[in-house]
Amino acid sequence: MDSGIGLWGVPLAMLAGAIRVSTPFIFVSLGECLTERSGRINLGLEGTLMMGAMSAYGTSLASGSPWLGVLVAALVGVLLGALHAGICQLPRVNDIATGIGLMLFGTGLAFFLGKPYIQPKAPNLGAIEFGWWSSVPQVRQALQVNHLFVVGILLAFALAWALKNTRWGLIVRLAGESVDAALAIGASVGRVRLVATAVGGGFAGIGGAFLSLYYPGSWNEGLSSGQGLMAVALVIFARWEPVRCLWASLLFGAAGAISPALQSIGVTQGYYLFSAAPYVLTLALMIATCSPERSLRGAPGELGAVR
Amino acid sequence: MANESGGMKMIDKFNIGRRAVMGGAAGAAAFGLVGAAQAQKPLVIGFIYVGPRDDYGYNQAHAEAAAILKKMPGVKVVEEEKVPETVAVEKSMESMINLDGATLVFPTSFGYFDPHMLKEAAKYPAIQFRHCGGLWTQGKHPMNTGSYFGYIDEAQYVAGIVAGSTSKSGKLGFVAAKPIPQVLRNINAFTLGAQTVNPKITTQAIFTGDWAMPVKEAEATNSMIAQGVDVVTCHVDSPKVVIETAERAGIFSSGYHCNQAKLAPKGYLTGAEWAWEKVYTDMVNDMKSGKAPGNFVRGGLKEGFVRTSAYGPAAQGKDKADAAKDAILGGSLAIYKGGLKDNKGNTVIPAGTSYLITEPKLESMNYLVEGVIGSTS
Repeated sequence: MDSGIGLWGVPLAMLAGAIRVSTPFIFVSLGECLTERSGRINLGLEGTLMMGAMSAYGTSLASGSPWLGVLVAALVGVLLGALHAGICQLPRVNDIATGIGLMLFGTGLAFFLGKPYIQPKAPNLGAIEFGWWSSVPQVRQALQVNHLFVVGILLAFALAWALKNTRWGLIVRLAGESVDAALAIGASVGRVRLVATAVGGGFAGIGGAFLSLYYPGSWNEGLSSGQGLMAVALVIFARWEPVRCLWASLLFGAAGAISPALQSIGVTQGYYLFSAAPYVLTLALMIATCSPERSLRGAPGELGAVR
Repeated sequence: MANESGGMKMIDKFNIGRRAVMGGAAGAAAFGLVGAAQAQKPLVIGFIYVGPRDDYGYNQAHAEAAAILKKMPGVKVVEEEKVPETVAVEKSMESMINLDGATLVFPTSFGYFDPHMLKEAAKYPAIQFRHCGGLWTQGKHPMNTGSYFGYIDEAQYVAGIVAGSTSKSGKLGFVAAKPIPQVLRNINAFTLGAQTVNPKITTQAIFTGDWAMPVKEAEATNSMIAQGVDVVTCHVDSPKVVIETAERAGIFSSGYHCNQAKLAPKGYLTGAEWAWEKVYTDMVNDMKSGKAPGNFVRGGLKEGFVRTSAYGPAAQGKDKADAAKDAILGGSLAIYKGGLKDNKGNTVIPAGTSYLITEPKLESMNYLVEGVIGSTS
């Protein structure tokens, strides 16, 4: 094996980290973005992520097909999203409280049902080798990309395009911006939000499948460690724009790779500080991009409206 | 919760329903107190784990030993997993003592010791409590408590010899949770073992910051692989992610806590494993003969408290490793001896001094030896 590539290892490791770590962030933040654009908050996506991870792993183990696992994870996500939407449609139900409830329910249920899957090894999703042109093993390793990452990127652009240019996107945005306007064109706000929340949950489920079936690639109870929650926060940071969700997720993935990457080239002091880099980065960018005049720019009008 | 059913099943075997026992609390207490003395009643032993007991790691090592106890005649084992290091563990202990009649309790996680186990020990003076890893001190802690631990760095030293012999790049990797003495001892012993094969060998240590961080552990492994590391080992709660990531990347791995050979059939070299069944069977036999188990129990390879995994197909330097193991068993090999320098150039053990593995100074180790790339802060 080639010896180290020195300082170049850090940006390369950050690139590799961005590609490896960011996929669940992309899916969960896109799911949340869609949900919030329809005027509903779903804080339960952390639970959906865990349920997706668990069900994908279990399905892959039982059937031998990891892609079937991804499908089942998406379905489980759709169901949990629909459950959230259904509960929120009842009169005088607060969607934040419901979301927190479903987050705890999802993680708890995933731990409970996932008990038998901690030890066995399920077949994993493969990777596409984009580094075939390079003779440097590190570059090749960095450019091993999972299909779901590519799907996530395409999904971000597709969602952005659909929200802007299709009638369907217009109705989702209307439901999020103004219930009255949506009603005026004859759209059922409840149904729109149900579909948006369910589809958003499905995205989060796929994110979970990525965690358990590709990277780190096994089911255990510490798998998510709050990634679902961070992804929800990324949506606000991304100003409810799908493409910006993609960039924010990549940035977050890269920041998460700083600590191990620096330690691996011998910058060993202060790793606790570097481990906090993603959060420091988020805070710094939040402060930098906020101003009194435009602090809530992009926020759907109906979001957080108390009924 | 899943474990609850396991406990129920075990109780059903003896035809005592949990509800029935709960009905007569006084009866249950009496049963608990005299249980050990009466040979016809089974000896009930409680195990408490902080995580899932099939985690390929710390908890599994204890659970595997508990499973061996279950086969002993006249012994009944009750287990509870995923018990947090809070008052929850006190409730678990009380339920094991009052409802199941446990007379010997093993709370296996570090944070259970103080104050939770000590509190329960004061409340139930007739029950024996033995804790894994705690520093039991005579005079300071009650006599019905105690602690046991193994010098697993001896096994890490042997694993280091295999790793050093197998590595082609001369770079080893160590994914560690936190820079505490137990972890530093393992990193240092692993490195010192490898250096007996090739003095220039280095160990890259990466600290993830906590005991179970699957994504960070995978990232740490991958970034070390990118730097040319070709053998990795770890000290985290569950080595599963590190070993699997190494296997996928086609490099070698060395296990920890228990045997992970199944996860890496090609690249698994050997590993440092706990052999808790030795400690537990000894203690249970003490209880059966009416004695209290030891209060301060420590041991290494020689005492059979730790062992190394069977060599994998790729392992090199088996002869050297076996020779070192024999020397440790015979007491003629000191892992930590002078002049030993840390990786900042300070002499940590002066020339001419050599420490036994039981040396108290080693229990407060706060340095990484020369050849380790990493920092304790």
